Amino acid sequence: MHMQRTGVRFGERLFVGLCLLGVSLPLGLLLVLLGALVKAGMARLEGNFLLAYPSRHANLAGILPALVGSLWLISLTALLTLPVGVGAAIYLEEYQRRGRLARWVEINIANLAGVPSVVYGLLGLAVFVRQLGLGRSVLAGAATLALLVLPLVILSAREALRTVPQSLREACHALGATRWQAIGRVVLPMALPGILTGSILALSRAIGETAPLIVVGALTIVTFLPDGIHSPYTALPMQIFAWVSRPQQEFLANAAAGIVVLLTCMLLVNGIAIWLRQRLQVRAG
Amino acid sequence: MALAEAGEQADTPTFSVRQLCAWFGDQRVLHGINLGIPRHEATAVIGPSGCGKSTFIRCLNRMHELVPAARVEGQVCLEGVDVYERGIDPVLLRRRVGMVFQKPNPFPSMSVRDNVLAGLRLTGSMPTGRGAREEQIVERALSQAALWDEVKDRLDDPGLGLSGGQQQRLCIARALAVSPDVLLMDEPCSALDPIASAKIEDLIHSLKQSYTIVVVTHSMQQAARVSDRTAFFLAGSLIEFDTTDRIFTSPKDSRTEDYITGKFG
Repeated sequence: MHMQRTGVRFGERLFVGLCLLGVSLPLGLLLVLLGALVKAGMARLEGNFLLAYPSRHANLAGILPALVGSLWLISLTALLTLPVGVGAAIYLEEYQRRGRLARWVEINIANLAGVPSVVYGLLGLAVFVRQLGLGRSVLAGAATLALLVLPLVILSAREALRTVPQSLREACHALGATRWQAIGRVVLPMALPGILTGSILALSRAIGETAPLIVVGALTIVTFLPDGIHSPYTALPMQIFAWVSRPQQEFLANAAAGIVVLLTCMLLVNGIAIWLRQRLQVRAG
Repeated sequence: MALAEAGEQADTPTFSVRQLCAWFGDQRVLHGINLGIPRHEATAVIGPSGCGKSTFIRCLNRMHELVPAARVEGQVCLEGVDVYERGIDPVLLRRRVGMVFQKPNPFPSMSVRDNVLAGLRLTGSMPTGRGAREEQIVERALSQAALWDEVKDRLDDPGLGLSGGQQQRLCIARALAVSPDVLLMDEPCSALDPIASAKIEDLIHSLKQSYTIVVVTHSMQQAARVSDRTAFFLAGSLIEFDTTDRIFTSPKDSRTEDYITGKFG
């Protein structure tokens, strides 16, 4: 019986090495990017930057309207997407009879998730801004972003509903519960952590979107805060885009600082998603 | 009058099944089953895997039709009323015909107490005047399921914290709490160890005083121990249905004899 190492072991080590490289490469790139951004924007990263309005002078310009605008957008988007998305997922997963139509709907939702965001912008422009007469309002922007993330929310909510064991639905039915009672009292509460995580991650994608907002008419220089759903607005990525396009060098520092703020927001949102999931899972046992 | 009614009920079976056929899509899994399940007795359904015994009892409380593309034909009368008739609400039927499954499936997010009350809460049929009443229901159902003494001090612990056998008895208690007339059990011991199985078998003996019980089992010994009557299924047909004694001592059909003597299955 021979016990020498063979080539198989070497192959395995090579594979693990490659995987490690695959992990460290993007992580390294991300760190370099973050480092460069923080270095470039360092000078502008102070309390006043968050609280000031845009200005012709780079060192006085702040990001407040964009930050507040983004908060408005994301809250409205959440309000619009969650009920529709979760409702659609419940219908598709719990009520829809399997068949051709179901498969067709499924494929189309998956396709919609891959449609470029500009296209949603154009749709938003035609439907919300023009047809429904919402104009260049926060509501029009949020509705457009809602369309954009809706397929993602539906897909992740369906995934979450699928993790609830069939045996629990059967238990409900055997006790004389209707489908709706089973969903409302057992299935949905169990799927909630997954639904929330998926939805929040989808929403965090909406925070970073620029293209559709340009199309539906978010402004770039705004010296006021939105005061309602019909108010004009700007958003973080729009503000960053505007600063990058300025010819003056000094504004680049503002853009870098703006990106750091945007990334922090996204990190925060993702953190909330993870925290929520863990909290709810503990409660659900 | 009351006497006459009681006498009649003792004679007419709880379930009378006529020409029952069932399909999954194009595949026919039950071929014209005819049988009567007597009141307050335990009826065992035995047969090799895939013979349609689970499908059969799932037709009794209309759980079969929850599977996509599943279909049923024929008659299943519960105390004289065809449960497949138009206008019969399967949801209400299932409150009269409870079911316990192969794998214990307590609701994972609920305590022992909440699991017992789940049926009443889910269906919004919690009796009014709560408090003491709720406690009574929990104690009564858990006692009937022979679980009360083991869990009375931890009613607020999660149901999943119990052992497998206790979980299965919790599921039985949950089914009993909605006060059904019939209890269907789909291989209730197949996921349990012998000691836990023995407890469930004892339970079946005591429950049949007040409930009609239909139990699917792959264990012939279990069928012989717990049931008054036994139905032997093979390839979607009912081969023989008789008192358990006769099935196991003098079966009429050679296939039944081959099965119970272990020649196949």
